[in-house]
Amino acid sequence: MAKKLALIASKGSLDWAYPPFILAATAAALDYEVQIFFTFYGLTLLKKDLSDLKVSPLGNPAMPMPIPMPNLLQMLPGMESMATMMMKQKVADKGVASIEDLRTACLESDVKFIACQMTVDLFDFKPSDFIDGIEFGGAATYLQFAGESDVSLFI
Amino acid sequence: MEFNKEVDASGLNCPLPILRCKKGLSEIGSAQVLKIISTDPGSVKDFNAFCVQTGHELLQMDEEHSSYIFYIKKRAS
Repeated sequence: MAKKLALIASKGSLDWAYPPFILAATAAALDYEVQIFFTFYGLTLLKKDLSDLKVSPLGNPAMPMPIPMPNLLQMLPGMESMATMMMKQKVADKGVASIEDLRTACLESDVKFIACQMTVDLFDFKPSDFIDGIEFGGAATYLQFAGESDVSLFI
Repeated sequence: MEFNKEVDASGLNCPLPILRCKKGLSEIGSAQVLKIISTDPGSVKDFNAFCVQTGHELLQMDEEHSSYIFYIKKRAS
Protein backbone atom coordinates (compact mmCIF):
# COMPACT_ATOMS: atom_id res chain seq x y z
CA MET A 1 0.00 0.00 0.00
CA ALA A 2 1.24 3.50 -0.80
CA LYS A 3 2.78 5.56 1.95
CA LYS A 4 0.98 8.74 2.93
CA LEU A 5 2.18 12.27 3.57
CA ALA A 6 0.00 14.83 5.33
CA LEU A 7 1.13 18.46 5.29
CA ILE A 8 -0.24 21.62 6.82
CA ALA A 9 0.73 24.75 4.89
CA SER A 10 0.17 27.73 7.19
CA LYS A 11 2.40 30.40 5.71
CA GLY A 12 1.79 32.59 2.68
CA SER A 13 5.13 34.16 1.84
CA LEU A 14 7.19 33.35 -1.24
CA ASP A 15 9.96 31.64 0.74
CA TRP A 16 7.64 29.56 2.90
CA ALA A 17 5.59 28.51 -0.12
CA TYR A 18 8.47 26.26 -1.20
CA PRO A 19 8.68 23.57 1.51
CA PRO A 20 5.11 22.22 1.24
CA PHE A 21 5.07 22.16 -2.57
CA ILE A 22 8.59 20.66 -2.85
CA LEU A 23 7.84 17.93 -0.33
CA ALA A 24 4.43 17.19 -1.81
CA ALA A 25 5.65 17.01 -5.41
CA THR A 26 8.61 14.84 -4.45
CA ALA A 27 6.55 12.52 -2.27
CA ALA A 28 4.08 12.10 -5.13
CA ALA A 29 7.02 11.16 -7.40
CA LEU A 30 7.95 8.57 -4.76
CA ASP A 31 4.44 7.13 -5.05
CA TYR A 32 3.14 8.59 -1.79
CA GLU A 33 -0.48 9.58 -1.49
CA VAL A 34 -0.33 13.26 -0.48
CA GLN A 35 -2.71 15.78 1.02
CA ILE A 36 -1.94 19.39 1.90
CA PHE A 37 -4.22 21.23 4.28
CA PHE A 38 -3.96 24.97 3.62
CA THR A 39 -4.84 27.09 6.60
CA PHE A 40 -4.54 30.74 7.61
CA TYR A 41 -1.96 32.53 5.42
CA GLY A 42 -1.22 29.27 3.63
CA LEU A 43 -4.54 29.70 1.84
CA THR A 44 -2.99 32.36 -0.38
CA LEU A 45 -1.01 29.53 -2.00
CA LEU A 46 -4.26 28.27 -3.51
CA LYS A 47 -5.12 31.54 -5.25
CA LYS A 48 -5.26 31.50 -9.03
CA ASP A 49 -2.73 34.29 -9.22
CA LEU A 50 0.46 33.62 -7.28
CA SER A 51 2.34 36.61 -8.67
CA ASP A 52 1.78 38.70 -5.54
CA LEU A 53 3.59 36.29 -3.19
CA LYS A 54 6.34 38.23 -1.44
CA VAL A 55 9.28 37.62 0.82
CA SER A 56 10.02 40.15 3.54
CA PRO A 57 13.48 40.89 4.92
CA LEU A 58 11.79 42.44 8.00
CA GLY A 59 12.11 40.26 11.08
CA ASN A 60 14.07 37.78 9.00
CA PRO A 61 17.69 38.23 10.09
CA ALA A 62 18.84 35.04 8.34
CA MET A 63 17.85 36.28 4.88
CA PRO A 64 21.03 36.79 2.84
CA MET A 65 21.25 40.42 1.69
CA PRO A 66 23.78 41.89 -0.75
CA ILE A 67 24.83 44.39 1.93
CA PRO A 68 24.16 44.29 5.69
CA MET A 69 20.99 46.21 6.34
CA PRO A 70 19.60 47.39 9.68
CA ASN A 71 15.95 46.64 10.45
CA LEU A 72 15.16 50.33 10.37
CA LEU A 73 15.99 50.46 6.65
CA GLN A 74 14.19 47.25 5.86
CA MET A 75 10.89 48.88 6.75
CA LEU A 76 11.27 51.51 4.02
CA PRO A 77 8.73 51.41 1.19
CA GLY A 78 9.90 49.23 -1.67
CA MET A 79 12.24 47.06 0.39
CA GLU A 80 9.85 44.10 0.35
CA SER A 81 9.40 44.34 -3.41
CA MET A 82 13.16 44.55 -3.85
CA ALA A 83 13.79 41.48 -1.70
CA THR A 84 11.08 39.62 -3.62
CA MET A 85 12.58 40.59 -6.96
CA MET A 86 16.01 39.48 -5.76
CA MET A 87 14.71 36.13 -4.62
CA LYS A 88 12.81 35.50 -7.86
CA GLN A 89 15.96 36.34 -9.82
CA LYS A 90 18.02 33.93 -7.71
CA VAL A 91 15.40 31.21 -8.13
CA ALA A 92 15.60 31.60 -11.91
CA ASP A 93 19.41 31.75 -11.96
CA LYS A 94 19.84 28.59 -9.90
CA GLY A 95 17.37 26.43 -11.78
CA VAL A 96 14.96 26.28 -8.84
CA ALA A 97 11.35 25.74 -9.86
CA SER A 98 8.81 28.54 -9.54
CA ILE A 99 5.96 28.10 -7.07
CA GLU A 100 3.53 27.95 -10.01
CA ASP A 101 5.49 25.07 -11.57
CA LEU A 102 5.70 23.13 -8.30
CA ARG A 103 2.00 23.60 -7.65
CA THR A 104 1.20 22.39 -11.16
CA ALA A 105 3.48 19.38 -10.62
CA CYS A 106 1.53 18.59 -7.44
CA LEU A 107 -1.82 18.83 -9.21
CA GLU A 108 -0.63 16.70 -12.12
CA SER A 109 0.48 13.99 -9.72
CA ASP A 110 -2.83 13.93 -7.83
CA VAL A 111 -1.76 15.71 -4.65
CA LYS A 112 -4.99 16.62 -2.90
CA PHE A 113 -5.36 20.26 -1.81
CA ILE A 114 -7.74 21.03 1.04
CA ALA A 115 -8.64 24.62 1.92
CA CYS A 116 -9.48 25.38 5.53
CA GLN A 117 -13.14 26.42 5.45
CA MET A 118 -12.85 28.38 8.69
CA THR A 119 -10.05 30.54 7.27
CA VAL A 120 -12.01 31.13 4.07
CA ASP A 121 -14.86 32.49 6.21
CA LEU A 122 -12.54 34.39 8.55
CA PHE A 123 -10.76 36.32 5.81
CA ASP A 124 -13.79 36.55 3.51
CA PHE A 125 -12.03 34.73 0.70
CA LYS A 126 -14.20 33.85 -2.27
CA PRO A 127 -14.06 30.25 -3.52
CA SER A 128 -13.73 31.77 -7.01
CA ASP A 129 -10.35 33.25 -5.93
CA PHE A 130 -8.96 29.74 -5.75
CA ILE A 131 -7.80 27.28 -8.38
CA ASP A 132 -10.16 24.53 -9.48
CA GLY A 133 -10.03 21.02 -8.11
CA ILE A 134 -9.54 21.83 -4.43
CA GLU A 135 -11.69 20.65 -1.54
CA PHE A 136 -12.86 22.51 1.53
CA GLY A 137 -12.68 21.03 5.01
CA GLY A 138 -11.73 21.49 8.62
CA ALA A 139 -9.47 20.11 11.33
CA ALA A 140 -11.28 16.78 11.45
CA THR A 141 -10.77 16.32 7.71
CA TYR A 142 -7.05 16.90 8.12
CA LEU A 143 -6.78 14.59 11.12
CA GLN A 144 -8.60 11.76 9.37
CA PHE A 145 -5.90 11.61 6.70
CA ALA A 146 -3.02 12.57 9.03
CA GLY A 147 -4.04 9.77 11.39
CA GLU A 148 -3.43 7.21 8.64
CA SER A 149 -0.27 8.91 7.37
CA ASP A 150 3.35 7.82 7.62
CA VAL A 151 4.67 11.38 7.66
CA SER A 152 2.89 14.46 8.92
CA LEU A 153 4.39 17.96 9.02
CA PHE A 154 3.26 21.42 10.01
CA ILE A 155 4.84 24.09 7.83
CA MET B 1 25.50 1.43 -21.19
CA GLU B 2 22.43 0.92 -23.35
CA PHE B 3 19.28 2.85 -22.55
CA ASN B 4 15.80 3.35 -23.97
CA LYS B 5 15.24 7.02 -23.17
CA GLU B 6 17.35 9.99 -22.15
CA VAL B 7 16.29 12.92 -19.98
CA ASP B 8 18.52 15.95 -19.49
CA ALA B 9 17.86 17.72 -16.17
CA SER B 10 21.05 19.79 -16.35
CA GLY B 11 20.83 23.17 -14.62
CA LEU B 12 17.74 22.18 -12.65
CA ASN B 13 17.64 22.13 -8.88
CA CYS B 14 15.83 20.03 -6.26
CA PRO B 15 13.25 18.57 -6.67
CA LEU B 16 13.07 19.02 -10.46
CA PRO B 17 15.58 16.27 -11.44
CA ILE B 18 13.51 13.73 -9.47
CA LEU B 19 10.27 14.98 -11.03
CA ARG B 20 11.78 14.76 -14.53
CA CYS B 21 13.04 11.26 -13.70
CA LYS B 22 9.59 10.16 -12.59
CA LYS B 23 8.08 11.54 -15.79
CA GLY B 24 10.76 9.84 -17.90
CA LEU B 25 10.12 6.50 -16.21
CA SER B 26 6.40 6.83 -16.89
CA GLU B 27 7.18 7.02 -20.60
CA ILE B 28 9.11 3.74 -20.83
CA GLY B 29 8.14 0.13 -20.23
CA SER B 30 9.03 -2.20 -17.36
CA ALA B 31 12.68 -3.32 -17.34
CA GLN B 32 13.60 -0.57 -19.83
CA VAL B 33 16.40 1.81 -18.89
CA LEU B 34 16.23 5.56 -18.41
CA LYS B 35 19.38 7.67 -18.69
CA ILE B 36 19.10 10.91 -16.75
CA ILE B 37 21.66 13.70 -16.55
CA SER B 38 21.76 16.09 -13.61
CA THR B 39 24.13 18.84 -12.48
CA ASP B 40 22.62 19.13 -9.00
CA PRO B 41 25.17 17.66 -6.53
CA GLY B 42 22.28 16.80 -4.19
CA SER B 43 20.85 14.47 -6.82
CA VAL B 44 23.46 11.79 -6.04
CA LYS B 45 21.90 11.07 -2.67
CA ASP B 46 18.39 11.87 -3.92
CA PHE B 47 18.41 9.41 -6.82
CA ASN B 48 19.58 6.67 -4.47
CA ALA B 49 16.76 7.50 -2.08
CA PHE B 50 14.28 7.67 -4.98
CA CYS B 51 15.26 4.19 -6.19
CA VAL B 52 15.29 2.63 -2.71
CA GLN B 53 11.77 3.92 -2.06
CA THR B 54 10.20 3.24 -5.44
CA GLY B 55 11.79 -0.09 -6.33
CA HIS B 56 13.34 1.11 -9.58
CA GLU B 57 16.90 -0.14 -9.96
CA LEU B 58 19.83 2.26 -10.09
CA LEU B 59 22.13 0.35 -12.45
CA GLN B 60 24.98 2.82 -12.67
CA MET B 61 26.05 6.35 -11.80
CA ASP B 62 28.80 8.17 -13.67
CA GLU B 63 30.33 11.54 -12.95
CA GLU B 64 31.58 13.55 -15.91
CA HIS B 65 32.64 17.21 -15.82
CA SER B 66 30.41 17.98 -12.80
CA SER B 67 27.47 16.20 -14.43
CA TYR B 68 25.95 13.14 -12.84
CA ILE B 69 24.59 10.49 -15.13
CA PHE B 70 22.20 7.89 -13.78
CA TYR B 71 20.95 4.73 -15.47
CA ILE B 72 17.71 3.56 -13.91
CA LYS B 73 15.88 0.37 -14.78
CA LYS B 74 12.14 0.64 -14.43
CA ARG B 75 10.58 -1.83 -12.01
CA ALA B 76 7.98 -4.39 -13.01
CA SER B 77 4.61 -2.71 -12.51
